[in-house]
Amino acid sequence: MINRIVVGAHYGLKDWIIQRATAVVMAFYSIFIVAVFLALGPADFEVWRSIFANGPVKFFTFLFALSLFYHAWIGVRDLWMDYIKPVSVRLTLHVLTILALTGYTAWIAAILWRL
Amino acid sequence: MSELRIRKRPKYLDLFSIMFSLPLPGVLSIFHRVSGVGLFLVLAPLLWLFQASVTSPESFECFVRVAAHPVTKLLFAGLIWAFLHHFCAGIRFLFIDLDVGVDLAAARRSAAIVFGVSLTLTALICWRVLL
Repeated sequence: MINRIVVGAHYGLKDWIIQRATAVVMAFYSIFIVAVFLALGPADFEVWRSIFANGPVKFFTFLFALSLFYHAWIGVRDLWMDYIKPVSVRLTLHVLTILALTGYTAWIAAILWRL
Repeated sequence: MSELRIRKRPKYLDLFSIMFSLPLPGVLSIFHRVSGVGLFLVLAPLLWLFQASVTSPESFECFVRVAAHPVTKLLFAGLIWAFLHHFCAGIRFLFIDLDVGVDLAAARRSAAIVFGVSLTLTALICWRVLL
């Protein structure tokens, strides 16, 4: 049984919109980066590295990663809400998911800005 | 005396009892979820691989060795499918959000298109990049 009490304004709407906005960002980036790969052909290390060392590409790659992690948070959180009933387990999984995704955000920033 | 009929509506909450009788858009939807989970689970290994590929010539060599391993290629094939399915099914959902293709016939047709496009692209990319 689902007895959800909807409290307050715009319950869930923000996440619903963010899920779609991040999806659109990722879709455009994916097409863009695949086009770059296709244009450059098979790459050795220097060419491959120079793609992501490029300022605008670095910027958009980071935006893609942020979109990906926020998108993953909403998706995975929905999964825990759908399938994990005990509140203690669910809360633990929520926290672990947030910690992992926060760590990934720092990690991708470190990778990109070391280039 | 009027007959009071209380209809017990079926509640389809048991995942495993419904999974094998879903119409195509339902299969697409559950695969959207499954592929999303798969992509989430490989985020850390992918970040590690990306880091190796861009950090130094030595780490790039290491990345190439790992990526050339048959087991990695098999995993990549699965990931390429997961990404393309999630991508194509996601675009279909965005159109449905915009009220495009909402009726049953159109929704089933677009689901078939998603499977056709994502599986064809998966085969194409696996053939050109992995083999």
